[in-house]
Amino acid sequence: MKIDVSSPAAPAPVRRSFLRDNPSVLWFMGLLGLFTLGVTVLSEGMGVGVISTSLVKVLGMTLCLCLIAVAMDVVWGYCGILSLGHFAFFGLGGYAIGMWLMYARTEIVIRDNLGRGTIPPTEAEVSEAVAAQIFGVVGSSELPLIWSFAGSLPFQLAMVVLVPGLLALVFGWLAFRSRVTGVYLSILTQAMTLALSLYLFQNDTGLRGNNGLSGLQNIPGSLHLPQSVISVWFFWASAFALGAGYLLFAWVVSGKFGSVIKAIRDNEARVRFLGYNVEGYKLFVFTLTGIISGIAGALYYPQAGIINPAEIAPIASIYLAVWVAIGGRGRLYGAVIGAALVSLLSSWLTGGGAPNIDLGFYRIVWTDWWLVLLGLGFVLVTLFFPKGIGGLFDYLVRKS
Amino acid sequence: MATLLEVSGVSVTFDGFRAINNLSIAMAEPELRAVIGPNGAGKTTFMDIVTGKTRPDEGRVLWTERQIDLLKLSESQIATAGIGRKFQKPTVFEDQSVRDNLAMALANKRGPLSVLMWKASAADRARIQDLAEEVGLAARLDHRAGHLSHGQKQWLEIGMLLAQDPRLLLVDEPAAGMTPAEREHTTALLTRAARSRAVMVIEHDMEFIRRLDCRVTVLHEGSVLAEGSLDHVTQDQQVIDVYLGR
Amino acid sequence: MTRLPRTALFLACLILPLLLMLRPAPLAAQDASPLQDVLQTVQEQVASPSRAQVGTVLDALQAADAPGTPDFLTRWAAREVYERPEDGLFFYAAEGAGRDLTLIDIDTGAEAGTTTTRDVNQIRVNAGVRREIEAALVSFELLAPDPARRSAALASIARSPEPDQIPALEAALAVETDAAIATRMARLLDLLNARFASDSATRVAAIDGLSGDISTEARRALNQILSTRSEFATEIPEGTNVARIRVVGEDIDLIAAYERLSDAGLAQDRPGRNAIRDALRANVVDGEVAGIPVHRLHTDEMRREAYRALEEAGTVAPLVTTADMEAAVAQQVFFDAYLEPDSAVTDAARAALDSTRATISAWQFLGITLDALSLASIFFLAAIGLAITFGVMRVINMAHGEFIMMGAYTGYVVQTLIPDYTVSLVVALPLAFAVTFAAGVAMERLVIRHLYTRPLETLLATFGISIALQQLAKNIFGTQARPLTAPDWLAGAIRFNDIVSISTLRVGIFVMAILFLLLLLFILNRTRLGLEVRAVTQNPGMAASMGINPDRINMLTFGLGSGIAGVAGVAIGMYAQVTSEMGAQYIVQSFMTVVVGGVGSVFGTLAGAGLIGALQKGIEWFNPANTLAAQTYMVLFIILFIQFRPKGIVALKGRAAGD
Repeated sequence: MKIDVSSPAAPAPVRRSFLRDNPSVLWFMGLLGLFTLGVTVLSEGMGVGVISTSLVKVLGMTLCLCLIAVAMDVVWGYCGILSLGHFAFFGLGGYAIGMWLMYARTEIVIRDNLGRGTIPPTEAEVSEAVAAQIFGVVGSSELPLIWSFAGSLPFQLAMVVLVPGLLALVFGWLAFRSRVTGVYLSILTQAMTLALSLYLFQNDTGLRGNNGLSGLQNIPGSLHLPQSVISVWFFWASAFALGAGYLLFAWVVSGKFGSVIKAIRDNEARVRFLGYNVEGYKLFVFTLTGIISGIAGALYYPQAGIINPAEIAPIASIYLAVWVAIGGRGRLYGAVIGAALVSLLSSWLTGGGAPNIDLGFYRIVWTDWWLVLLGLGFVLVTLFFPKGIGGLFDYLVRKS
Repeated sequence: MATLLEVSGVSVTFDGFRAINNLSIAMAEPELRAVIGPNGAGKTTFMDIVTGKTRPDEGRVLWTERQIDLLKLSESQIATAGIGRKFQKPTVFEDQSVRDNLAMALANKRGPLSVLMWKASAADRARIQDLAEEVGLAARLDHRAGHLSHGQKQWLEIGMLLAQDPRLLLVDEPAAGMTPAEREHTTALLTRAARSRAVMVIEHDMEFIRRLDCRVTVLHEGSVLAEGSLDHVTQDQQVIDVYLGR
Repeated sequence: MTRLPRTALFLACLILPLLLMLRPAPLAAQDASPLQDVLQTVQEQVASPSRAQVGTVLDALQAADAPGTPDFLTRWAAREVYERPEDGLFFYAAEGAGRDLTLIDIDTGAEAGTTTTRDVNQIRVNAGVRREIEAALVSFELLAPDPARRSAALASIARSPEPDQIPALEAALAVETDAAIATRMARLLDLLNARFASDSATRVAAIDGLSGDISTEARRALNQILSTRSEFATEIPEGTNVARIRVVGEDIDLIAAYERLSDAGLAQDRPGRNAIRDALRANVVDGEVAGIPVHRLHTDEMRREAYRALEEAGTVAPLVTTADMEAAVAQQVFFDAYLEPDSAVTDAARAALDSTRATISAWQFLGITLDALSLASIFFLAAIGLAITFGVMRVINMAHGEFIMMGAYTGYVVQTLIPDYTVSLVVALPLAFAVTFAAGVAMERLVIRHLYTRPLETLLATFGISIALQQLAKNIFGTQARPLTAPDWLAGAIRFNDIVSISTLRVGIFVMAILFLLLLLFILNRTRLGLEVRAVTQNPGMAASMGINPDRINMLTFGLGSGIAGVAGVAIGMYAQVTSEMGAQYIVQSFMTVVVGGVGSVFGTLAGAGLIGALQKGIEWFNPANTLAAQTYMVLFIILFIQFRPKGIVALKGRAAGD
């Protein structure tokens, strides 16, 4: 350790060897950069207008899904924990930022309204009016305790990291210390997700029950800007987050740490006899990926515009696993490919974008048949291509 | 020769079956010891207890001159305290290279953050090279462990044990499934390792044990039946009875 | 007041069908018109009823007891009876277009010619007479020869009790011969006396008679006696039956208390925040209020300061301080008074209510236990198939829920083909088993067999099958819920008393769960298949070497587990709704049932289902309004439970025994 730090030559080989060992990272960064540039140039808000604002949003959201898929790949593909709870962290990140977006925007509107009177409003009047506006829909006019700092962006940004992080930490600590593994752990994470979504579905938990938070596409402080511009901003932020997250995870899984977590995946008991505290590693990976999932969610929902508890339902987390499996576990770019391909295909086919096929005797309506295809396709991938689409790359690379 | 490991009065029962019965064994440092016994004598269970995999119902397991109570430590803590174990079935991480396997076993800090920041120093690299040469895998450092032969996997695992730099090595049936030449190599490895540390070998193969040329403990029905040189124990009437069947 | 005609109408509704049944016999025999004849004897009094003379009519009718009398009385009171002036006969009538009327014979119900409103007299009955008629109607029915009519009359009294029913009830009780009806009458009399009797002793006696009675009507009556009104006064007036004194600051908020004074005009109105703001707004002069610039009025302190300045200038009403409010409130006593002035009655009622409390808790506990048992049996049915596949084969079948769904849709399809619900149920149960058994075997052969070494991937592959099946069901049956109706003999409810009742369907599901439990125990412990299954579970290699074909066993096990899911689907479909998503609702809970109970054990699943069912109902007991919260806490509990008992309930016992 010490030798490395004090040696002046040390940093250079570290960098060089990381990227040399992982050429795919360079490739990925380059492609991501090109893609971002391309979308910006073609966008409605900043460029020539070939890509509509709504498509920019879809692409930005897809980048966020890619980020959480990468996190899922690290926790599942590398560390062997099939978590069916990472979408819960994603949703919590969305809720944390959504609270600020909704509160701050409502506050601006309310101040604007009240300020038109002859006498300026007091703080109490403002917060009462905001509460009535936000919580009228669940029949309440009190601001719940958890909204106390909703007006503060730094606080809510901290929550984006802290809430998913703490939940992952506490849950992971409980689960790993009692050595719950394999399918049991999956069921346990699924139960956690279910509990969270049921909790959020209640009207009296202070997050508007099944109404969720809405109007998140309006950014307080930039309410005068058109959505076409804001969408590009968020696209950039999502691309940056994906790039940074990818780099972080590529670094995490590349060195000895990567060796250890892969070893944990393959034979947990053996790693223990090597003297590693397996639970600590799992907890570290689970929490880190949980936090990144939260960040991905915090970028996703302002683009989606609305978040509600249904987003957190256990099935979402299973879909996440499906993307990663289709893309190819144990390789980060596989997760990106899987998430991008399946989620884009899904929104194209179910959004009515794809032409229906008329067979004469039967008309194939994609919205009806997409899930059937996805389900069966997924079974085939699991059976015959356990390495997913990423495995195809390996095959091509080996061939050339 | 100070006492390194002292197991005294240990018993463990599985579903009414007494696997270990008031067992007491002591190991000195350095020492090479062979443990033999018929199937079900409790050899592997004994190792499980020392390495923390199984908790005994009663008895004490004390470690080093500082008299550390191993029963209070977890598997990983016992491993870092200086006890290495090789399993009956070779368990190396087949997806990873020989180098990565050895690097993981190196006696460095084990915490997640230190591991995350870890970068092989010159000393580490040299140590890996030495170990690889020691176990005869220097030429295969960058090969996937899964592509090694059965014997090579056993050696890699012994190499990983040595990389941990333990004070006590517990080796379960190292020679199983090996060719005579590989056995020779394994014997050499173990006797060399036993010069500076305690090594305990569980083995069925009498020929292999004869070659190790060390003190032998015979286990039967969970307790020590006889102890001494191989010649001594093989002449013991009780041992003969147990092996031939009364 | 408005309740009276409604009572009458209700009675009429109850009685009409009976009359229709009774009527034909005498009419067919002879061309008599008994009711008309009776009425003609008192023609004068019927045609122009007065309070003094209505008794004559009622006595005459009572004496004759002609069929159709109650109907006539009801219609008479409702001004639906007409007199034809030329012959003095009485008719009912149906209104036609304009002033046209179709006369209806009061005895036969047949049409008796048409006329106009001008040619007949509608008999007008005033409120006093109407009350007499209605009271008579009650006693008429109470004295009716048919016990069913008497019971119906009692039920109607129970529904809307009135003081003037007491004498009729007393009279009827005196001559009642049917023991059951007499008991019921006595109790109703108690209920009425408790609330309406004129002297205190009778009421207290009646109330004491109700003590320990857990029926809703008894408790409602007692609670009505105990209803209170919130009041205040400088001192409590003589003769007030005080329920409790409200201490300001503890039982009643200071501001609320003060506002009650100001509402009553006993204190000056207290300007609230809005009033202050409005007053300031009204007094803005040149961008200032009393010399304070408007833009500084954004805190309550500044606003109050400005307001005080206005107050000193005399332009606004003065502020009311806390001290003012306390002083004003201190002069008054706030208390709740019983509407019932007699404290002996209220004390008796309170004692009677208190005496029922323990009994009610016990019954409620029984009710919760039954609910929990019923829920547990549903969980058990949903989970047991999973327990077999997961427990025996260590295979996670995410499509298990969809097998439940397939079973339910099978039941639905069978019901559309076979209209008789009982027959269709008898056909549906084995058919659902067959369909899902086949589906399970197909899935095992095609998918799961290839994934035995990769359990996590089985989870994912079966999830793929699950979403495909769900969407297929949506494509075939649509998104809206399909009905799966239980046969009539399962549709009712078993009622213990007003507190505890359980639907027959739930009992049926419970019985079915027990049958399945026994069946499975039989199959696993007493048959060759069960022996082989257990052998494969414990040691597949050894089993294979003994000539057991693990492939075949796995296939059959999976088929069995899936088939049971299908049968469970029929039961759950009758209980809940048949939708493409119904399986998904049960899958997580089923997994938790299996995991909590202990994998690989039928009894474990039973214990898991019991625990989860009891837990969910138990939490609901503490927080009845919020089933979502109950589910949340239940899942949290399960997470914690699995932390500490990762092997589940039953495995825990085994290990504890082994130690």
